[in-house]
Amino acid sequence: MSKIVSLQNIVVGFDGENVLNGLSLDIHDKEFVTFLGPSGCGKTTTLRVIGGFVQPSSGNVFFDGQDITNLPPYKRQVNTVFQKYALFPHLNVYENVAFGLRLKKMDEKEIRSRVLEMLEVVGLKGFERRDTTNLSGGQQQRVAIARGLVNHPRVLLLDEPLGALDLKLRKEMQLELKRLQQAMNITFIYVTHDQEEALTMSDTVVVMKDGNIQQIGSPIDIYNEPENAFVASFIGESNIIDGIMLRDFCVEFAGNEFTCVDKGFGHNELVQVVIRPEDIQVVPAIQGQLTGVVKEVIFKGVHYEMRVEQAGYEWIIHSTQASAPGELIGMCIGPDEIHIMTRTEG
Amino acid sequence: MKKQHLAALQKVYLCLIFSFLYVPIAVMMVFSFNESKSRTLFTGFTLKWYKSLLHNEMILEALWLSLVVAFLAATVATILGVMASIGISGMKKRTQGVINTVSYLPVVNPEIITGVSLMMLFVVYVNVAHWLNSNPSVPGFLKFLPENIFGFGTLLIAHITFCVPYVIFNVAPKLRRMDVRMYEAALDLGCNPRQAFFKVVLPELMPAILSAFLISLTYSIDDFIISYFSCGTLQTLPIAIYSMTRKKVSPEINALSTIMFVAILCIILVSNALESRSYRKKRIKE
Amino acid sequence: MIKNRKLAAPYLVWMVVFILVPLAIVTYFAFTDKEGSFTLENLMIIGQYSTVFVRSLLLAAEATVICLVLSFPVSYFLSRQRAAKQKIFLMLVMLPMWMNFLLRTYAWMSLLENNGIINRILGFFGIGPFQMIYTSGAVVLGMVYNFLPYMILPLYTAMTKIDNSVIEAAQDLGAGMFKTLTKVLIPLSAPGIATGITMVFVPSVSTFIISRMLGGGSNMLIGDLIELQFLGNSYNYNLGSALSLVLMVIVLLCMSFTNGFDDEDMEGVV
Repeated sequence: MSKIVSLQNIVVGFDGENVLNGLSLDIHDKEFVTFLGPSGCGKTTTLRVIGGFVQPSSGNVFFDGQDITNLPPYKRQVNTVFQKYALFPHLNVYENVAFGLRLKKMDEKEIRSRVLEMLEVVGLKGFERRDTTNLSGGQQQRVAIARGLVNHPRVLLLDEPLGALDLKLRKEMQLELKRLQQAMNITFIYVTHDQEEALTMSDTVVVMKDGNIQQIGSPIDIYNEPENAFVASFIGESNIIDGIMLRDFCVEFAGNEFTCVDKGFGHNELVQVVIRPEDIQVVPAIQGQLTGVVKEVIFKGVHYEMRVEQAGYEWIIHSTQASAPGELIGMCIGPDEIHIMTRTEG
Repeated sequence: MKKQHLAALQKVYLCLIFSFLYVPIAVMMVFSFNESKSRTLFTGFTLKWYKSLLHNEMILEALWLSLVVAFLAATVATILGVMASIGISGMKKRTQGVINTVSYLPVVNPEIITGVSLMMLFVVYVNVAHWLNSNPSVPGFLKFLPENIFGFGTLLIAHITFCVPYVIFNVAPKLRRMDVRMYEAALDLGCNPRQAFFKVVLPELMPAILSAFLISLTYSIDDFIISYFSCGTLQTLPIAIYSMTRKKVSPEINALSTIMFVAILCIILVSNALESRSYRKKRIKE
Repeated sequence: MIKNRKLAAPYLVWMVVFILVPLAIVTYFAFTDKEGSFTLENLMIIGQYSTVFVRSLLLAAEATVICLVLSFPVSYFLSRQRAAKQKIFLMLVMLPMWMNFLLRTYAWMSLLENNGIINRILGFFGIGPFQMIYTSGAVVLGMVYNFLPYMILPLYTAMTKIDNSVIEAAQDLGAGMFKTLTKVLIPLSAPGIATGITMVFVPSVSTFIISRMLGGGSNMLIGDLIELQFLGNSYNYNLGSALSLVLMVIVLLCMSFTNGFDDEDMEGVV
């Protein structure tokens, strides 16, 4: 797969503080890439660097092999779907979508056919003459997407576009966006702080924190093989425990030795162990590798969430079977479910 | 029981206040149709005051001057003010604060002080021009400043000066509240900064600019005090009205008031009707 | 967004030349004599006119208080009406403001005259006639009439922000009508009161037309005095400038007082 966007050592500073610290990243063509991270991690800034709205103080932006670092936004072959959409309130739906084509001095007939086609693609057929201010959030969202896509950009940038929608609509739009990206066969770069959204839609997820990339990988990799505690805790709930790598395929934590699938760490190296709550098996106390006392049980719909105290550590366990608070239970963890990371500060 | 009393009291009170506001105007309107010159006894119906008003050269000229000055002042003030609002929005908070404070001066200062201070500026200018023109030691190429400036120019300058702040206070907040992403979206879709301004930012500001223009227009037409100090021998409509009131008995004023009141009432009713119609239209669309 | 500071340049020049320089000139003239040398005499002379100053301040204060008392119930009633009715009432309040104030003041001249309509009506009942025009009362009346909407509107704006439930809560907690007024309504409409006071007091204290038309020669105010120095018979720019300067200080003091009040209130809200 070819690279379409490439960032090299991008540094961006605001008021003397670096928002991006020498960030480098390659984005492959026709992928759905998501920048994921908490607010202030630099994900939106990265997007704005690609869009041309933020000038990096050092570093280069390449687009299809060409250096576009100093190219203004209106000369880039990317379009953006803005947070809260930024539709032009003085123009109706049709004119909003036609805006970019008009600037290209395109033939009116061509504009018309492209705008109508695009409105149909986003499911807004028949809305051409409507005022944008009277549309629902989801409809405005579709107009914003159509307005970007109608220009046939090579890359579409989306800055938390679903943030303002309610949960149900958001789920709908997630699938819709994925479908659109595949139908248009172009690159989508998507910014969100919602890990579930990132996992649902993306081909590649870029997890960011404090202006640095923490991990790049497929949703499955990111979820199952987090590279550090930050990624592990940011992507879903996790039990993260300090441990010691005794030797290859053997780790000690929570006062017990466990078989694992990791190797290549140093002898007796200090590590962190990540175990997903749903990967802990609840068994009778005698059969458990570990035993603990159930502190709290909360019904979550699909499963129960239990907090279990074991040797001063509180485990989170997701199980379809509830145990009673106060009950002594056993816990088993299979070798595949133990993820080892080098220990990081904080 | 008690509540009913209160409601009745409330109605009576509002009636009293509104009669206080409107009775004087009503009396004027009635007496504009009065046969005799008396301001107190109604002796018979006539339209002659309206006729003589329409043939009153002084009033008509004053009205024309007021309209011309108002239109020019509002136009210049709007352009200056919009440019200033945009320019100021790019400045540091502190500088903005200083500029806003100075701009506020003509708004909060008593009008008489704005009028007097502008008059003094013009007087000082006249003195300087006179000195330059009459002093033999000044080289000839410096003797080009006109001395008789009190009149249209000074009037226009004064009106622009008190109108610009209203434009800025109307437009600048709109600009501040405008979504920056709207401008970025325009750039993103292929506008260069100039196009983005004219295609997106300006249309967005248009309602504020228009209302600023209308406010300037009305303030300019209505102004008496500041004009009074800067108009020289020219007469705007309010100044003409003032000179008529000095003559004490002049039923033409009543006729003029009636015409103006009816005209204003019509403008307000029409604009309200238009507003509520477009509002309803929007509601229907939803 | 569009960072083009140069666009402000024409206005900044205009602002300096036509706002700041004129005020500087007034200040300069206030502190110089006819020959242009520094003097404090102009400001000293003002002492002779203390009666004019006292009268101006007094009449303006009277007008402001009357406006406040009259407006408070009006604004409150308006703010409790249904939205459609509010709009109509507001229009009725503002409509007279759109007429030139000279015409509005002139209307009162014919009502207040010795053989004017009011005296005629009173005479019909065998009362009067009273001397009404050319009294200080007439001047105050003219101020109240001209500036009443300036008090009603800010009060109304402040009061529309007071939720009915707040008043009901006060009553629920045992506040009677008077307590509700003093403990809830007045504090909550304080920003409106402050704005209203400034908007009535400033034009009242500086007027020179209302006093001339309704007060005759005997009720001269600061405004009249200033006007006389520039366009009238007295013709003394230096004294006129000094008077203007003092008037400006009075107004600024009044504004800083009401503004301070306003700010404090804002702090309470934030």
